[in-house]
Amino acid sequence: MANPGSHGPGSPEGVRGLVSDWSSDRRVFNVPWGKAMMWIFLLSDIFIFACFLVGYMTMRMSTTDTWPDASEVFALHVGGQQVPLLLIAIMTFILISSSGTMALAVKYGYEKNRRMTAVLLILTALLGASFVGLQAFEWTKLIEEGVRPWGNPWGTAQFGAAFFLITGFHGTHVSFGVLFLVIMAVKVVRGALDDQRPGFLTGRKGRYEMVETLGLYWHFVDLVWVFIFAFFYLW
Amino acid sequence: MASEGHQQHPLRVYLWIWFLLFVLSVFSYLVDYVGMEGYLKWTLITLFMLMKAGLIIAVFMHMVWERLAIISVVLVPPGVLLFLMGLMMLESNHTLVMRLTFFAN
Repeated sequence: MANPGSHGPGSPEGVRGLVSDWSSDRRVFNVPWGKAMMWIFLLSDIFIFACFLVGYMTMRMSTTDTWPDASEVFALHVGGQQVPLLLIAIMTFILISSSGTMALAVKYGYEKNRRMTAVLLILTALLGASFVGLQAFEWTKLIEEGVRPWGNPWGTAQFGAAFFLITGFHGTHVSFGVLFLVIMAVKVVRGALDDQRPGFLTGRKGRYEMVETLGLYWHFVDLVWVFIFAFFYLW
Repeated sequence: MASEGHQQHPLRVYLWIWFLLFVLSVFSYLVDYVGMEGYLKWTLITLFMLMKAGLIIAVFMHMVWERLAIISVVLVPPGVLLFLMGLMMLESNHTLVMRLTFFAN
């Protein structure tokens, strides 16, 4: 972390800061390297998800068949009537709630409030797990109704391929996020971040910045869902 | 405030953004629920989507408090994706016209 004279209170801001950060023959980014690497990883993930969504767009724009109406496909039967997109709306609110709890976990992490950080991390993990659970329910429902990657009862055959690929890839991201949230929660509860204990796999010293790096991943998962919700479910 | 990569901000900021994200989600769900169609629907969906994405990146991911060096590394490259999207729109329009001309019925 020792990086004397750089990014201090006196260093220039804005475009001048950008130039001086890149040209001063020293580390460019003023963040822990784990956080910088997480940003680079997320950048690559942005490209993967964008390619999926652009592929879906190309398919949907070029087909002569009618695209299945997501509003009806994802409707739920509640109290004797069809409520459009209800399941997806619930999943959206669950994921946004988990993003909120994660943001607060990061905040209390920096305040070294071990108890609050652990509670909020576990809460985030629980919300994430229930999101994946609802997604499993959604997949089961659609598969029972006859949706396959090569066809479905309502319209364009490629609907299933796009649906399973995009939501499946996103669901996998959420699942791994839950796994890492649980690991981080255990570290926090044990006090591994306060004592700067090295991790069992990488040997990195525990620090509360790790919670923020994990938070970046989690918010990104929520961010991707915002785009999937708009382009796949609402469009 | 953000020196040495530390990010400490008042609780109020997070709660406000959280609340706004909820409200925007309700709005985008309402667009579908009310049954809007065409350009109005697409404009509103895109607007709410970009606002939500902006709030998440800016505040929850702390981007507004980062230095320009990291902001530009993360936000500039995805710009080429808009170019890809434009190309693919032209491409799929062409495919659609070909299909309608030569294959439909």
